[in-house]
Amino acid sequence: MAQAPRVFNPDKQIDCTGLFCPMPIVKTREAIKHMARGQVLEMLSDDPASEADMKSWSQITGNELISIDRDDAVFRFLVRKTG
Amino acid sequence: MTGVTPADRAYLDYAGFAPVDPRVLAVMRPFFEAGIGNPSARHSLGAEARESLDAARTKVARLCGGAVSGVIFTSGATEAINLAIRGAALAARDRRRGHIVLSAVEHISVINACRDLEKSGATLTFVPVDAEGRIDPAAVGSAVTADTGLISIGAANGEIGTLQSVTEIGRIAASAGVPLHVDAVGALGRMPLAVESMGIDLLSLSANDLYGPPGTGALWVRPGLRLTPMMLGGGQENGCRSGTENLPGVVGLGVAAELMRTEAAHGENARLVELRDRLRKGLLEAIPDCRLTGPATARLPHHLSIVVRGVKADSMLLDLDLVGVAASAGSACAALTETPSHVLRAIGCAREELDGPLCFTLGRWTTASDVDTVLDRVPPIVSRLRTLTAFTPR
Repeated sequence: MAQAPRVFNPDKQIDCTGLFCPMPIVKTREAIKHMARGQVLEMLSDDPASEADMKSWSQITGNELISIDRDDAVFRFLVRKTG
Repeated sequence: MTGVTPADRAYLDYAGFAPVDPRVLAVMRPFFEAGIGNPSARHSLGAEARESLDAARTKVARLCGGAVSGVIFTSGATEAINLAIRGAALAARDRRRGHIVLSAVEHISVINACRDLEKSGATLTFVPVDAEGRIDPAAVGSAVTADTGLISIGAANGEIGTLQSVTEIGRIAASAGVPLHVDAVGALGRMPLAVESMGIDLLSLSANDLYGPPGTGALWVRPGLRLTPMMLGGGQENGCRSGTENLPGVVGLGVAAELMRTEAAHGENARLVELRDRLRKGLLEAIPDCRLTGPATARLPHHLSIVVRGVKADSMLLDLDLVGVAASAGSACAALTETPSHVLRAIGCAREELDGPLCFTLGRWTTASDVDTVLDRVPPIVSRLRTLTAFTPR
């Protein structure tokens, strides 16, 4: 299984696999709320819709979506709290 | 807390929750209290329960316009939708037809049930809609391939009220030999819908949407259509939905279905259209820089949806609540994620409009005075909020 290079060490990780919209975003928002500005969150999701949802959410909230990696069906999002 | 008395309130969120009709409640009550509960029981009360269950099935079938044996009672519309989509798609996949056609404006329960199947190999085609949320039936036809095992379409849109051409889509599905699921929440009893004459194979409905008890719904399934059950157990509901039937709820749904049919026959929908149209005209005249979403006609009779530029839906709803007006933004999902609704995005709303959707849904107890209350209280709230955000209407 190829590992994406980990440029960022996330400050916090949440696993949203098995959940569907709106839950990955709801849990991301909740996690980000309790983090400090500049910290990085790693979120895992296997909802096929979460890629579009995360792009749209980070754009609206002003948080930086650093990267999206995909390992089979599981997306790995890195988000920096900037919003 | 708000200083608004109940009598002074205007409840315009019937799509979110409808008060249960007292006539429905009265019929349900003995089923909680008198031991008539389990249709599978072999004593005389069980026989009475079976009769009541069959009677409710007949009433629901009549509202759907199809065979009595096709009605499967569920715990609500979400379960009915999941059973329809997963049940039909899994049965079709056994025949190697793992492609599903749905529209871009389906309810989240339809989308998520399909997305879950996608994770295990199904492919999805989302048919786009026009600026008023209408699906082009020909586009549904073009999306169908030799692998398509299911088409799923909402008869009416819950966020923007658009009615779809179900008859035409039914014709296309039938000629392609693909089962058609229609999510009839909001639509049943409010627009012409009949499973037999419209070629619908699966139809999901909610009892509360018909002023029946929450926690109850049904799926109508064309007899003979193969469905993989989701709930396994004692084989109730023809093996499609195991578990002792929620008899009080089911009986309530039966009465609610019957009342929906008779009220529609006595002009209830025309009454709602008149109230709704007055509300639309008044709001659009009084609030600058706001517009209707969805079509002006060919929409659900009890449904009004607008987008207001320069204000956020959440702020409007909170302020409206303080003055006794209960409304919604149309989509609970969008409210939870703070992202724009997929429906508003699909109809191409401008960016400044996406934040400010307002949805008013009227019902059996809505009066002209409720409309007056909303017309009186909403415009000043919008202007005040716009002052705060320094928004200047064009």
